[in-house]
Amino acid sequence: MAHFTKATSVKDWLNQRLAIEKVEKVMMSEYWIPKNINFLWAMGMVLVITFALLVVSGIFLLMYYVPTTAEAFNSVNYTIMREVDFGWLWRHVHGVAASVVFLVIYIHMFTGIYYGSYKNGRELIWISGMLLFVAFSAEAFSGYMLPWGQMSYWAGMVITNLFSGGSLHADGFVEWIRGDYVPAQAFLGRFFMLHVLLIPLAIMGLIGLHFGALRIPHVNNQDGEEIDFDIEAKKYLDGDKAGSKVMRFANDFMSKDMMVVGIFLIFFFYLVFYNYGFAMDPVNFDPADGLKTPTHIYPEWYFLWSYEILRPFNIDLGLVLFAFAQVIFVLLPFLDRSPNSCAANRRGPLFAGWFWLMLMNMIVLTSMGKLPPEGIFSTIGLVSAILFVVMWLALPFITKMEKKV
Amino acid sequence: MKNKEPLILAVVVFFTLVTYYLVEPFAHHQMHKHVESEGFVYADLPALTKTGNAAAGKDLVANAGCAGCHSIKVAGMPAPMDAVTAAQSYGVNPPDLSNAGAVFDAKFLADLIKNPAHALNVEHKFDAAKGQMHPMVPFYGMGGDIDQEIADMVAYLQSIAVNKEDMTPKIAFENACGRCHAVGYEKWTQIGEKPKFKHEKDGLAFDIKVMEYQDSLTKYMGKLPPDLSMYIRSRNEHYIKTFMENPQNYLKGTAMPRVGVNAEAADKVIEYLEDSGDAKRHEREHIGKNVMIYIVIFAIFALLWKKQVWKDLH
Repeated sequence: MAHFTKATSVKDWLNQRLAIEKVEKVMMSEYWIPKNINFLWAMGMVLVITFALLVVSGIFLLMYYVPTTAEAFNSVNYTIMREVDFGWLWRHVHGVAASVVFLVIYIHMFTGIYYGSYKNGRELIWISGMLLFVAFSAEAFSGYMLPWGQMSYWAGMVITNLFSGGSLHADGFVEWIRGDYVPAQAFLGRFFMLHVLLIPLAIMGLIGLHFGALRIPHVNNQDGEEIDFDIEAKKYLDGDKAGSKVMRFANDFMSKDMMVVGIFLIFFFYLVFYNYGFAMDPVNFDPADGLKTPTHIYPEWYFLWSYEILRPFNIDLGLVLFAFAQVIFVLLPFLDRSPNSCAANRRGPLFAGWFWLMLMNMIVLTSMGKLPPEGIFSTIGLVSAILFVVMWLALPFITKMEKKV
Repeated sequence: MKNKEPLILAVVVFFTLVTYYLVEPFAHHQMHKHVESEGFVYADLPALTKTGNAAAGKDLVANAGCAGCHSIKVAGMPAPMDAVTAAQSYGVNPPDLSNAGAVFDAKFLADLIKNPAHALNVEHKFDAAKGQMHPMVPFYGMGGDIDQEIADMVAYLQSIAVNKEDMTPKIAFENACGRCHAVGYEKWTQIGEKPKFKHEKDGLAFDIKVMEYQDSLTKYMGKLPPDLSMYIRSRNEHYIKTFMENPQNYLKGTAMPRVGVNAEAADKVIEYLEDSGDAKRHEREHIGKNVMIYIVIFAIFALLWKKQVWKDLH
């Protein structure tokens, strides 16, 4: 039993019970960040802010959204967009943030790959990050069902159909997922639950794990240099702030986080008010109609690259490669056999080439995933999809050949 | 150490913009047919050669049998039958002609009076040679110069219609689209705006009338024309305008007629659809400006704070 004394102040009272000073040190003032980093290291904070925007706007939308097939479309497009004060604003913030969050996730991911931030004890940061990517994908997909427009319905139809496993014809499994033969009330109800409760809970838990995994290895730096945080922290605390290789998370790095967040928000709100079309597909402003298939069915832009890995092949091979594309990023720390953990451009031409080619190939896949699979687009898509798979299979070998730098 | 951040930012922005260009403008350009607007000039219709006389036109309209199907409420001519019965007879309720002169192009009206299926661009559906008659009976002339007579009738319709300045979005929409398309978010049905009823029973009776009308319309058109509440977002201004101008451009063989609106009425129709599907657009622009100012100030303060904190770190 701890010994409590009469508190001298509110802070002291709390300190005795919650150790708030200790918590403040651990989380903020003595959470040490290397100085040798750039603005890409602020993407974590940008993601936290975007996620907060999604949660807050989502709460407001939840007050008026009606999760029934008869009312969902009108509750969004009439009640929220016309009747409720600022309903349109919350919806546009939610829709644009859902799209932009993926842009930042991809920047965050490729930053991690470029600087080798998944190695040397940072494997769990990477793995928890990729689990977050999966959870965000599920959150985005389930949310896309809710306005119950044409794209909601048909994307729901196409994606749940994937679970039949091609030639396995596990149609009973698809019906089990949908709760019906086609997307209908049972389907909308369960995706509503997933979107507003179960997946957000999972995301919050994973964010905790992601932060926790960061604690012991610390964040990486631009040169992948191993820093003795104890020595450098002591230097800082002894007054040699300029000479130390590290800085406090708060307020030192947080001030830069906030600067980046400020610039990001200018970009974000520009999109919300003046260029929201990319995040709110026109086709989804037609109410769901099971008897009228849209001419072009495509997922939102952030799923296009994996969609294009599925599409060029026959259904069975396509599904296998699609599954491969979903899990392969998680395994990156174990596929990279090189002893180096510095910037890709300094690891020799093989890995540098691999990195930039992978980035460009994913952009090509993204582009082809939206276009109709005809003529030259179909061929480019096929070549890109094969290249994607081959590059991942080659990764262990080309990194094995890499010389220590 | 050299500051590499501008280079890094340039790389991030470059790849982001390339991706945006490929999945948005480029992909949409590839997927959607682009139709240029013809500016509502209806170049394929014969030009008007005669100058009309409204007074003569008034007599012609009264004697040519127009009122057998059409109402002209501003001239005190009531509809010969209610909308539901009219739709049962003709497939669609013949329009009230009070504002036809303001909403529709003069050339279009002239051709419509003479040869309805031609002006409406539905000759693929109504081929007189095969006995498929358009429900509107053409005007065969009253014995004089038929082109002069038609010019007089058009002049009459223009003389009774509202001024261009007084044409509301609703008038334009009702005349051009409203007898086939509902706009639920504006409470518009094919038989008019649904009034507020004191008793639920009366509301249901109205709904039944709408449904009966829709049954006739569905039979006439092949399918029920869609509700246009969200069309300004599911399509866009350019698409809707060029579609109105000539539906055959997008849907070859569609039963939807060319509407024949003039450019001013087309703008009003767009405004009506914006009021329905993008009702908060003015508020969005206004608030958007304020939010941008606020957020730029926030970013400036964040930048200054960072500068101050980092002063000691180097």
